[in-house]
Formats: sequence, C-alpha cells, structure tokens
Amino acid sequence: MRPARLRAVIRKEVIQIRRDPWSLGMAFAIPMLLLLLFGWVLTLDVNNLETVVYDQDRSQRSRDLLERFEASHYFHVRTRALGWGEVERALDSGRAQVGLVIPRNFARDLERGLVVPIQAMVDGSDSNTATIALAYIETITARYSAQVALQIAGSSGPPPAAVDARLRVWFNPDLESKDFVVPGLVAVIMTVIGGLLSSLTLAREWERGTMEQLIATPIRVSELIVGKLAPYVGIGMLDVLLAVAGGTLIFGVPLRGSFWLLLGFSLLFLLGAVGLGLLISARSRTQLMASQLAMVATLLPSFMLSGFASPIENMPQALQIVSYAVPARYFVTALKGIFLKGIGLRMLWPEALFLAGFAAVVIALTMQAFHKRLD
Amino acid sequence: MCSSPCSQTPTLRSPTVPPERGAQAAVRVEDLERHFGNFVAVDRISFEVAPGEIFGFLGPNGSGKSTTIRILTGLLLPTGGRGWVAGHDIWTENPAIKRVIGYMSQRFSLYEDLTVGQNLDFYGGIYGVPKSLQAERKRWALGMAGLTGREGHLTRDLAAGWRQRLALASAVLHEPRILFLDEPTSGVDPISRRAFWDLIHAMARKGVTVFVTTHYMDEAEYCQRLALLHQGRIAALGTPDELRRTRLDTRLLEVTVDRPVEALDRLGREPGVREVALFGTTLHASVTDAAAAVPRVRAALEGAGLRVERIEAIAPTLEDVFVSLIESESTNRAPRVEA
Repeated sequence: MRPARLRAVIRKEVIQIRRDPWSLGMAFAIPMLLLLLFGWVLTLDVNNLETVVYDQDRSQRSRDLLERFEASHYFHVRTRALGWGEVERALDSGRAQVGLVIPRNFARDLERGLVVPIQAMVDGSDSNTATIALAYIETITARYSAQVALQIAGSSGPPPAAVDARLRVWFNPDLESKDFVVPGLVAVIMTVIGGLLSSLTLAREWERGTMEQLIATPIRVSELIVGKLAPYVGIGMLDVLLAVAGGTLIFGVPLRGSFWLLLGFSLLFLLGAVGLGLLISARSRTQLMASQLAMVATLLPSFMLSGFASPIENMPQALQIVSYAVPARYFVTALKGIFLKGIGLRMLWPEALFLAGFAAVVIALTMQAFHKRLD
Repeated sequence: MCSSPCSQTPTLRSPTVPPERGAQAAVRVEDLERHFGNFVAVDRISFEVAPGEIFGFLGPNGSGKSTTIRILTGLLLPTGGRGWVAGHDIWTENPAIKRVIGYMSQRFSLYEDLTVGQNLDFYGGIYGVPKSLQAERKRWALGMAGLTGREGHLTRDLAAGWRQRLALASAVLHEPRILFLDEPTSGVDPISRRAFWDLIHAMARKGVTVFVTTHYMDEAEYCQRLALLHQGRIAALGTPDELRRTRLDTRLLEVTVDRPVEALDRLGREPGVREVALFGTTLHASVTDAAAAVPRVRAALEGAGLRVERIEAIAPTLEDVFVSLIESESTNRAPRVEA
C-alpha cells in the first residue's frame, strides 16, 4: 500500500461526506435521534401508577399497608373510593390503572393469624405495565405479611421459621432498564452507521460511473478498501463518543469500567461493521440494492439477535445458535460489562478476540470480492 | 464468404509505420475477441498502433469500440486472442499497463461533488505523481484545460466542454505514454470539440500515443490512422487518405434532385451504379466511370419523372467510405439486427 494513494482516497471520501447533507445526517443526526428515542421509549420502568383504593376496614393495619404502597414510588394513591362502583368507574374510565380493595375485618383476621386476602385489580390493556404492577403488588404485600407475621409471632410465642430472603440486585441495583438499554443502543447505532453508510459508498461509484475511471488507474484494491474504511470508522468513533456522552449525561447511565477499553471495543466492532457494509457494497451495483442488503444483513440481526432488546437465553434454540455469529452480540456483552459491571479485558478477552477475528475475515473477504474489472 | 474481413481489405499501412515492430508497438492486438453471452462484441480483430500515433476507432454504437478500449485498459478480460499495451500482456500484466496509460471513459466520470482542484489532487495522488511535481502538474493541467482560476468551482457546475477537458487533464497528470479516449467529445459543442482535438494533437506532438474512439465522421479526419469498425470487425484500416483512395476505386456523384427518396430507389436499379446512399437532401452514387455515368443517371432520373437540379463528381468523404464498406458487407452476409 502506498501512503500517498491511501491518503488521496481518504481525503476524497471525507470531502464527499462533508459535502453531502444526506451522509452527514445519516452519520450524526440519526444516531442521536435513535439514542434519544429509544432511550426514552424503551425505558421499561413503571412509576407512579394511578391507584384507586377501597378500604373497607379503615383500621390502623389497613392504613399501614396502604402507606407501604404509597411509600414505593410505583403507586400513586389518588382516589379513596367509598364503594365498589367507584372502583369500577375509576378503572373503566382509565383514571386509575390499579385498584386495591381491603376487606372488612382485615385487622381483626390478621390478629387471629388467618390468611387475609386483599383484592388487586390491574388494567391489563397494557400487559407489560400490568405484569410489572402485579409483581410490585406481590412484593409489597409479601414483605408486609412477613413483617406482620413476625410481629404477631414475636408478641405471642416463638417466631415462625420463615426464610427471610434478602435479594440484592447486582450491577443495576435499581433495576433501571435504561441502564441496560443504553449500552445496547450504542451497539445498534454503530451497526447502522457502519453497515448502512458504508454499504452505499462503492455502489455509489459504480452507479455514477466514477468507478470506471478509478479502476483504470494503478490504485490497489487494498488502498481503495482501506481508504474507504478509515473515514467511516472515524465517523463511527465520533458517534461512540456522542453516544457515550449522551448516555451518561442525559440518561445518567453509569460508566463503571475503562473508557479506553470501551473505545477499543468500539474500534474493533466498527472495523467489522464497516467492513461488512463495504463487502455488501462491493457486491452491489446500485445503492438501492446495497442499502436493502445492508438492512437485512446488519441492522436486523443486531437488533434482534444481539441481546439488546431481549435476553438471548429466552430465544428459541436455533436463534440462539445463530446469534453466536452476530458480532453485535459480543459487542453488547462487552458494552454492558464495561458500563455496568466495570469489568476489564481479563473477563472480556473472548469477545475482543471474536470481534477482531470477524473484522479481519470480513475485510479480507471484501478485498477478495472487489475486482478492478467491469464484469 | 470470407472468415476475416481484414483479409478482404487491402493491407493498408501508413508509410510512417514500419511493417514489423513486434513489441515496439504502443498497442498490438491479435485475433482479439470478446463475447457477452451469445453476443459477439469484438470479433477476432487484429491491428497495431505505433508510438506517437493518433489512432482512431470509428464506428456506430454497438460496433465494439468501447469494448476494445476497455479490454486494452484492463477493465475487461478478452474472451480470446492476444494483446499488448506498451509491450505488456493484457492477460497477465494489468497493473503494469495501468501505470503507463491514461483513460477517459465514455461517460463523464470525475467526481461531480468535488471541486476542479480536488479532482486533480485526487488523481494526482492516485497516479502517484511525486510530491515535488504535484503543484506544477496541477498548474499545467489547469492551464491546459483552460480552468486556471476556476480551481474552486464544483465540477458539477462546469459546462460539458470544460468537463471533458478537465477529464483529459486528470487522465494525463502522470504523463502517460498511451492515452485511451472513449468518445471523448460526445455531447460537446463544436467549438469545444475543436479545442479538445487541439489538445490531443499537442499531446501527440509530445510523443504520446493517442487511441481514440468516435462516431463523428469529421473527427475521424483528425486521426493519423483509422480502423473502421462494424459489428465487432475491422471493416477497413488505414490513413484517412488511403481509405478514401483505396476503398473507393470508384468515383462519386452527388445528385441533387427534388424527390430524393424516389431517386434513391430508381438509381439502386440502374446498371453502372454500384451503390447509392442518401446524404441529407442529396444522393451519393458511386459509379465506375463518372464521365459516362453523368448523362446516364440524368436520363434515368428524368425518365422517372424527377427534376434533376445538379449532378457533380465529388471526392468521397469517410462517411461515403463507411457506407460503401458496410453495404458491400451486408450484401455478402445475411442481414443481422444491429445491437
């Protein structure tokens, strides 16, 4: 490779990207839009559910239980109903998503050591929210009943042999979904940039006829490919910086591990992602064909099979096997590890190895696939 | 039927070209062929181009001009035959060929979203013009293309004539020994075409071999030697003068008549008239003996009720040569659909 030729290609690409509003938009505006959009939309947490309460007992105990609901920021007890009808209306009209009914004699039956049912109604029209709400309700009541059992037992005889499970969630103690959505998003955004943007570049030269002139020169395939790879990897790295800044500053995602390791992984991943885009481009003669192929080959797998949106363990066996070939999977693992666990290369070397290998193979294939001929 | 059209053409060599040059030729081609599926784009052609020569490939669209030039520049592999460019084998020495040639493709193919200067910088870099020479070569190229002072203009804003000259300038930044130009002046106005040919002649005077394709007959006259291409074969090869003299051993009559289409039909059946073709509003008829033919032609046309304004013996143009060659060929061969 001759540095002068390589430099000429890189400089030309940069000028073309800078002069094309479309490329610039794709390179910087769309990634930021994706980050903000998904960062907010994919936040799976449920807060301040409007709750209607029908407390038939009105005792110290029932108030005690309701206070626990309020104390968690998950429920916002707004309406205190005086009858069933009011509970129903609140749920029907959508003013409340959760209804709680505490039966008469709640306190008395508890004192007697009976199992006392309370009724919870959840608006199931949003099944995701409903499931999460039910889980919260169960947790709150379970804790409460354990405490009550302890109190009662403590006042009259030996404590019951209950197992006191104390859960501690690691890495994401508040179980904030944005904390694991944002690192995954970085991977998806990198794939979009790497795959889509670069898939257009060789195809565009074929389409416009500039390739015929270019391949009649002594330029080497390696100089052309590396010269096209470098600017897009550079853009990708800028996007990584933007996404990390956005993720930590806007969404407050912690970056516990090494920033430099994060950049290193991004570089490895981008080499493969941009390489794949170029490989597609080398095999396409039109931009339309290239972008469609790139969509299917890069965006979809990185979205569906990387473990970004849903855990890989929950997928069917066949898809799990396929996911091993998706580089975004390894990148997502590395990003989550660095962001949330603060782990280093000692744990992540298999991911690094795969990403490096993938990049090397894809770039080698691209140079094989590109011919300095018209047919 | 003759298997090779070259063999039926008298061997025409420019006196400046010695008969046996071997590897010394700028371009040498033997039995070159190229098929696209069932279509034979180039049909076993052979020719040589001498160093410093302006060699023209003349023929209609689809006659195999571009395919030949693309094979010689290494953009296409031939299906069969052999060829050398600057002594390098077209089958095996592609990179070496690309270092010593300049190429201008048929379609304008510089970067329209780059400025004039940026395009020149890019090709200067790609061709490996030494850094110490780059500024000077660029200045020279701008001057040659008449674009001095327009360095910062976007290429897409240039008129067609300027673009062609910029494309030529980009193709010769590295001072190639052989220049391949594929229809360099298509879509360019006549004055710019003239200016462009001045550049080509200037290049040739400096010793550059110029291999150019065109379908403009008038441009063919600017070439030192010509190959007339028809349906992938070389129908004739020689200097413009030789082609005119040797091919047309006959004389040519220009006939001006009130209803030329009817006259065409009538003269086609007249004995003593070998070929007849429509040229605008006049007819060109080739005859063996002009003096004897003039009264006969006049009598035949007037006998058919046509009003003859003028009959004049003229020197044949290359277009006449071309038409006559193609007509004599199509009478020898079953008609083929033009691709």
